Amino acid sequence: MSPPRRYPFSAIVAQEEMKQALVSVAVDPGIGGVLVFGERGTGKSTAVRALAQLLPKIERVKDCLYNCAPDRPAGLCPRCAEGSAAETEACTVPVVDLPLGASEDRVVGSLDLEAALNRGEKVFEPGLLARANRGFLYIDEVNLLDDHLVDLLIDVAASGENLVEREGLSIRHPARFVLVGSGNPEEGELRPQLLDRFGMSVDVGTPDEIDDRVEVVMRRDAFERDPAAFVKQYQRKESKLRDQIVAAREALEDIETGREVLEAAAALCRSLKTDGLRGEITLMKAARAQAALAGESKVTLDDLKRVAPSVLRHRLRRSPLDDASSSVRVERAMEELFDAA
Amino acid sequence: MPPDSGIGPEDDPALVAALIAVAPQALGGVVLKGGPGPERDAWLSTLSRLTDGRALARVPFDIGDDRLIGGLDLAATMAAGRAVLDRGLLAGADGGIVVVAMAERWTTAAMQRICAAIDTGCVRVEREGLSETLPASFGVVALDEGIEDDEFVPPTLTDRLAFTLYVTAFDPVDPDAPGFAPEDVAAARARLDRIGFGREAYARLCETALALGIPSLRAPQLAAVAARAHAALYGRERVTAEDLEAACRLCLLPRATQLPAPPEQTEQPPEEPPPKEAPEDLPSDNDTQNEDRSEPPEAPETERPDDAPADDDRSDSTPSPPDEDAMIEAAVAALPEGLLGLLEKRAGGRRAMRKADRGKAGIRAETRAQGRARGARAGDPKSGARLDVSATLRAAAPWQRIRREACRVAGDSPRPVVRVEDFRVRRYEQRTTTTIVFLVDASGSQAVNRLAEAKGAVESLLADCYVRRDRVALITFRRQSADLVLPPTRSLVAAKKRLSRMPGGGGTPMALGLDAGLELAQSLEKRGDHAQLVVITDGRANVTRAGEGNPERATEEAFNAARAIAESRLDVLLIDASPRPRPAARELASALNADYLPLPYAAAAGVSRAVRNTLASAA
Repeated sequence: MSPPRRYPFSAIVAQEEMKQALVSVAVDPGIGGVLVFGERGTGKSTAVRALAQLLPKIERVKDCLYNCAPDRPAGLCPRCAEGSAAETEACTVPVVDLPLGASEDRVVGSLDLEAALNRGEKVFEPGLLARANRGFLYIDEVNLLDDHLVDLLIDVAASGENLVEREGLSIRHPARFVLVGSGNPEEGELRPQLLDRFGMSVDVGTPDEIDDRVEVVMRRDAFERDPAAFVKQYQRKESKLRDQIVAAREALEDIETGREVLEAAAALCRSLKTDGLRGEITLMKAARAQAALAGESKVTLDDLKRVAPSVLRHRLRRSPLDDASSSVRVERAMEELFDAA
Repeated sequence: MPPDSGIGPEDDPALVAALIAVAPQALGGVVLKGGPGPERDAWLSTLSRLTDGRALARVPFDIGDDRLIGGLDLAATMAAGRAVLDRGLLAGADGGIVVVAMAERWTTAAMQRICAAIDTGCVRVEREGLSETLPASFGVVALDEGIEDDEFVPPTLTDRLAFTLYVTAFDPVDPDAPGFAPEDVAAARARLDRIGFGREAYARLCETALALGIPSLRAPQLAAVAARAHAALYGRERVTAEDLEAACRLCLLPRATQLPAPPEQTEQPPEEPPPKEAPEDLPSDNDTQNEDRSEPPEAPETERPDDAPADDDRSDSTPSPPDEDAMIEAAVAALPEGLLGLLEKRAGGRRAMRKADRGKAGIRAETRAQGRARGARAGDPKSGARLDVSATLRAAAPWQRIRREACRVAGDSPRPVVRVEDFRVRRYEQRTTTTIVFLVDASGSQAVNRLAEAKGAVESLLADCYVRRDRVALITFRRQSADLVLPPTRSLVAAKKRLSRMPGGGGTPMALGLDAGLELAQSLEKRGDHAQLVVITDGRANVTRAGEGNPERATEEAFNAARAIAESRLDVLLIDASPRPRPAARELASALNADYLPLPYAAAAGVSRAVRNTLASAA
């Protein structure tokens, strides 16, 4: 059966900041995960799935549960490593949903009990992290997830490997994915240490303008009524965006980062008093991705300004005396630093 | 024949059933509120009758993934000689309706499986070496039997279902009574795609949703589908005001979180599009990209599919879409009575966490492996329960012959074959401890006898608790402080010792005492115990938290503290220990939201009996 049609990424109305953040991490997964804060029904999971659909398909060993890349012998899962030249297939970039209340062994993988009981063999049954390899892991309501699970996920996302030591197993398998968490900030907060480890964060809300709202509803309805026709309508824009991302990925390494941009980033982080150096590092990576997408060969201050709010807004130490929201603080700091110069 | 357009809200259940039958997957489905009974059964059978007589697929609570999503079909594998997939319940319901029983008890996580299928229209089955995507496009009927405030269907599902229905007065006797017949439904289905629906109609729905305080944009979109289905059912070519009103009533009103502001009287009706545009308003949907808007630059110029249906006949004089205010008024007029109360409750702020989601995964896993063992049950050890190996092997034993056959046919060497459905996990019985916290007014305003009686009551209750394995704690307040005289304990000896040494006399620092009681109860609840509060006092406060003797301020503080306790939803009993029942204690009891028990000169045994009875009925 042909895979289900997904709502096209370029057909999403408004939500520019969220789209920009997602495209950035598609260009450079090293930026880290993306946190999307907003109420229900604001198109968060639609956007992630749409992006995965947009990206070029990946080649994987047929039916491999770890989505192994056939041309990377170093990163193969145990099963593929021993197999001979197996068939490959092209498949869409995987998006795995992490259900709320998932148990750790479902996420990480566990002992295959049937094999153990039947054949007395210790066989590892891969979990969700394996399936998300080379794709996206989408966590809805990340602020309600158990802390130890979030810790685990962030560690795996950072190292790119899942190390399983349990029930007599000792397995290591590749788990490179982009973590996307969404949630309603009114229902709970993530601890600052966890917040800091997400690369970018965005706030989304349903559009205020009534015209935008009508547009969203109309497009959604048109898509539901005739998905094929709707997708066809946006095919050209989707291809354009896809080519842009692919080109940006290739150009990423060669982007120059001038010293004045580095200094500006450091100055910004210092004035906002962000803890640690992760803010600056992520800021640079995100700015480079922006430059790559724009087809530039050098990172400019404009690139930096464009990504700064989403990179920094969740890393600020909240001061009880300051009523302004985090986004406003970032913008204020940017104004003081850059527009005065 | 569909009945006359004079159908009223009391015929809504039949109307909703027909609408769902017309477009189950596009509408998502319905949340059916109310307990089990003949009305609900009658409604469900009506729905089944209208969807070509197909049986509704029931999804039992706590269904495993294998049954829901699919897995290996043993019998077919044996017959065919290769691995054959069992489609699972959701794929099996493709094109039909799924009934989710006890929807308010499902955890959000479990519900997400169904929501994913609703979103994508398919399910993905993955086992070793087997990975298939099966079409699964269905409508959902979620049965909501929740009563408490924290028992409700996960919002992640309700957001995707168009309707909410209270089935109270569905006539079970005559199935054709407000009838729509299956032929009407089938005709409507055929007509559905051609129904005209223009931008103005979308705008009206969005505005109404906004006025009703509905943040989600799924709501107006589902309402649009409902309006079209409604038009199709009544044999219309285009959506009319009536269809839009029905959609508002059925889809938007139940989700309202605020009452719309009343329409201003002096407003002219300028929202009516000028007459020359009227025919353009409700053309076929493929035209929407070409309407004049200043907005998004993304209108693709060339990409109109060539096989778009021809524009609807524009020579019809169509009624212009309804005035926004008129629609809101009509919607408000149709507000059922209970809704106002509901709205007030909802507007009051954040929704409580659902009871079904409350236990974190960690705690639940622990209780599955602790407590007294009580046999085995079928279950998946992955969920944290402990595998009972001998019971599992015993369950697998009878199937060995068949399974070895299957293995042989599939080319595997025959071995004892254990499957997931054979797994048996240990069952444990875990009971939460109940701790009764006594909060005793040991001040001078209580005669010494009161104190003695309080002590006696606690002692006799201790004896009871020893049997029931409950615990007792004792906090007294007098002079300028509240003291935890007896920390939660089951030990009779320690309790008696502390009690005998309990002093009395001094002023009444009521607020301090109530604070201490609340603190202890909350720390117990956090640990998973069940705490109940028994306050023994005459209700007359005269010492403030700061320690000064000021009866007015002390009373005010006491009432604040009482309100905090009331908000925490603890079970509280107030025993009035004044010689004659006085209003002070009664008022305090109502501030505490507590049961009130007057006991002038009561004997200790009487107190303990009364406490037991009242708390038992509150539990």
